[in-house]
Amino acid sequence: MGSYITFPELLIWLPLLAGILCFFTKREQTAKAMALLFSLIILFVSAASLFYTAPKFNTWNGVNYFYPNNIGNTFFVALDGTGRLLTFLTALAFPIIFIAGYKTSYKNASSFFGLMLLTQSGLMGVFCAMDALLFYFFWELALIPVYFLCSKWGGEKRIQATFKFFVYTFVGSLLMLTGIIYVYLHTTGRVFEDGSQVAHSFSLNSFYNASLSASDQNWLFWLFFVAFAVKMPVFPFHTWQPDAYDQSPTSVTMVLSGIMVKMGLFAVIRWLIPIFPLATVKFSHIVMILSIIGIIYASCIAIVQDNLKKLVAYSSIAHIGLMCAAIFAMNQVSVQGVMLQMFNHGINIIGLWIVLDLLEKQTGVKQISKLAGVANKAPFLTIMLVIIALANIALPLTNAFTGEFLMFSGLYKFNVWYAAVAGIGIILAAVYTLNMIQKVFYGNTNSVTEAVKEISLNEKFILALIVCMIFIIGIYPQPVIELTKDAVTTLVSKIK
Amino acid sequence: MNAIILSAIWGIVMMFSAVFIKSKSAPKYLALVGIALIFVANAMELNSGFILFNIDFHDMLRTGSFNLTFIAVALGCTAMYFLLSGSDIEKTGPHVAEYFALIFFILCGVALCATFNTLLILFIGIEIMSIPLYILTGSDKRNLKSNEAALKYFLMGSFSTGIMLMGIAFIYGGTPNASFYIDNIQLGVGKMPVMIAVGLVMLVVSMSFKVSAAPFHFWTPDVYDGAPTVFTSFMSTIVKVAGFFAFVRLFENSFGAIHDQWQNLIVFITIATLLIGNITAVFQQSVKRMLAYSSIAQAGFMLLALFALNTRAKEGLVLYSAAYSLATIGIFSVLAKMNDYTIDGFNGLGKQQPIGALSITVFLLSLTGIPLTAGFQSKFYMLMAAVENGHRFWIVIVAVLFAAVSAYYYFRIIQAMYFKEAAEDAGQSLEMKPAFKYLLVITAVMIIILGIYPELILGWLYH
Repeated sequence: MGSYITFPELLIWLPLLAGILCFFTKREQTAKAMALLFSLIILFVSAASLFYTAPKFNTWNGVNYFYPNNIGNTFFVALDGTGRLLTFLTALAFPIIFIAGYKTSYKNASSFFGLMLLTQSGLMGVFCAMDALLFYFFWELALIPVYFLCSKWGGEKRIQATFKFFVYTFVGSLLMLTGIIYVYLHTTGRVFEDGSQVAHSFSLNSFYNASLSASDQNWLFWLFFVAFAVKMPVFPFHTWQPDAYDQSPTSVTMVLSGIMVKMGLFAVIRWLIPIFPLATVKFSHIVMILSIIGIIYASCIAIVQDNLKKLVAYSSIAHIGLMCAAIFAMNQVSVQGVMLQMFNHGINIIGLWIVLDLLEKQTGVKQISKLAGVANKAPFLTIMLVIIALANIALPLTNAFTGEFLMFSGLYKFNVWYAAVAGIGIILAAVYTLNMIQKVFYGNTNSVTEAVKEISLNEKFILALIVCMIFIIGIYPQPVIELTKDAVTTLVSKIK
Repeated sequence: MNAIILSAIWGIVMMFSAVFIKSKSAPKYLALVGIALIFVANAMELNSGFILFNIDFHDMLRTGSFNLTFIAVALGCTAMYFLLSGSDIEKTGPHVAEYFALIFFILCGVALCATFNTLLILFIGIEIMSIPLYILTGSDKRNLKSNEAALKYFLMGSFSTGIMLMGIAFIYGGTPNASFYIDNIQLGVGKMPVMIAVGLVMLVVSMSFKVSAAPFHFWTPDVYDGAPTVFTSFMSTIVKVAGFFAFVRLFENSFGAIHDQWQNLIVFITIATLLIGNITAVFQQSVKRMLAYSSIAQAGFMLLALFALNTRAKEGLVLYSAAYSLATIGIFSVLAKMNDYTIDGFNGLGKQQPIGALSITVFLLSLTGIPLTAGFQSKFYMLMAAVENGHRFWIVIVAVLFAAVSAYYYFRIIQAMYFKEAAEDAGQSLEMKPAFKYLLVITAVMIIILGIYPELILGWLYH
């Protein structure tokens, strides 16, 4: 069975191929259709990969290409529980984004969709890479197309905002690179099939088994953590985010907030905690306190925020902060909650962005104070938004409730006070979300919202789909939990 | 050895061709034939030890796969340089064949610098490299800046050569066995004698001059800016990396045993070079001047090889030579065709010249060190060498932070090309022939291939 192409390879190469093909299309419609078609195929592949988890399908789920070199890196990609979950989220998000934006017209559409698909390829690579150098490759490669997307198709202040984003992440990545090199030099070597030998290895397992002293771990932990914290973002590395979300074209913002922030969380789970278990235990309090400061701080700013997009951006900082804190609580329940919530947050925030984008396109404004009474004109849109917004503040029956419940109970086990303070974040979330809904959607229409029309069919379809997923996972989260259970158990056992 | 002799011969051939051939474009093709010949001869020597002229050098030159691979890289980059910038060399002045002849003499110096085994050959190599460059810098005779640059370069260059000779004399006199052979300098154990220390510092100073490392970089911006752009391209790439190769070779063979005694000096120079190069480049408005400072900044990274001084560092240096030279030559070849050297001159290039702009983007990403490009691999090897060195890990952190600073000025060009509109009255600022576009794309593809598979070059090092 070894000769078949494996799932992770398909997930990486298909978007890459599609992206390159898109660059050569001439008409906008062709590019759009092709991007959508390929993203659906990728979704299909990814969905199929969910059913082949049994050990007998191992040869379908991972591959380790060796090519002769003297530093011992290989093209090693594989799907495990976490990887499966996040690749599926990525595969799911892109068709949603493409359908939601199907009516939007872009200048140079072929480049736009080409770059979008290249981003997808990079993201898939990040979630599948099992070789540290390969991971770093994809980590950076996911960033470059996004940089171009935001700077080319973004808002007025796009160049500065995007560059700030780029520099933040680039500094983080480079620090991580030095960390990777240091860990690499402390790994044991390996012998390849053809008999050649290397003194060290980049593979994930040799990183897990690297002989690092406690004092080494202490500073290496921070080199890695800064890279991941910038991506998530965790307070105080978050300042790039509201501007970047605000200035990017909405499709890209969805990628940024729905998937790219998960890169940070994912990397903490796979590349930080298991490599530096001693340092993780030592610094978990510091990281959790930072995360909790971030929750409260971002929620407070969100309350006074008049810009709709920035409001969602700050609310995202708060949610990610909670997830980060829950990871570092390091017990089965909290990490399981994070896994679930990573998926949920991806869906919910993309749903929110779709609604806000529709609103902005129709009215041309994104200030809360200028909008009112949209519900009178677009009842379907409003219903959908209210459901998604309630999911965002984790009401029971919605998907986020299960995730946040697990995370909070995990946090509570770790430290009651942390759970209590982080819990304030939920109340604040209710304040800014409901306040926003009330001001924007209810009341009487004004001159700006007078012209708002009900949304079209493709948008209705996609929002309905998101709402369905919110309820399904809210009522029956078991499949997601099953998928990641093993990964969570392994991770937690690393710390014990 | 093939490269040394053939490039000298071909320099003379080029010189005399001016007498017999009057056509203006012929020298370029003759030069291309020459570089191809030398490349093949060098490759044969690398591959099977085939030597054209069997001369007894009394061990004053030493060839090995490392040196020959480096020469191959230098020759390959020069070939790309001829292909990309050949037509611009023709436009510099009336003495086309002579320009090419001088470049071949420089290549002879490069080959000497790569294979020297005595301090004297090193000196001769450096001089053969430098003197033709003084002429090329001033080749735009009616341009005052070019003249100024040539004079400045000449004075500074001679000064540093003087210091180098002095250093060599000290070392020759300071060692008990009085030998010029670099691997035969007896340093003894413990602290080095004063004479050796003085000589060593003088060599560091003079070599730092040649590779424009801070604080001996002051000539660089003015000279690079004043020289005709095509020749800036050559001297900031191939000549510079040859200087580095000589620098590392000299210090590894002669003073490698007492590395810990002079490492601090290199740490200081590295940090100063990174700091001055990167920070000053941020404030430049002219792309040419920015590239001059960026070449100082890149020199800071290459100095890490001297800091680490292990096998990985030498591998990294060869890779760095290829990555840095290809990317810089590529950018300069476009710059030489432009009328406006300011960053605003690049505005809207992405729309006017999509292929050219895409290639420049690859070059810039490579210089920044983004994965998938050769620039990343070379930076990665350098960092790995420095970490492997085992102490002073902080210098690596400093280096990567400055690499992040470099993103700022490289990305300004990308921003100008893609995200800003050209001024309305600018018109078509840049003419590119289809052949030139293909060559740019080929260069970009080479950079990406090296970024994915650096063993293409590294594999030869242990042939």
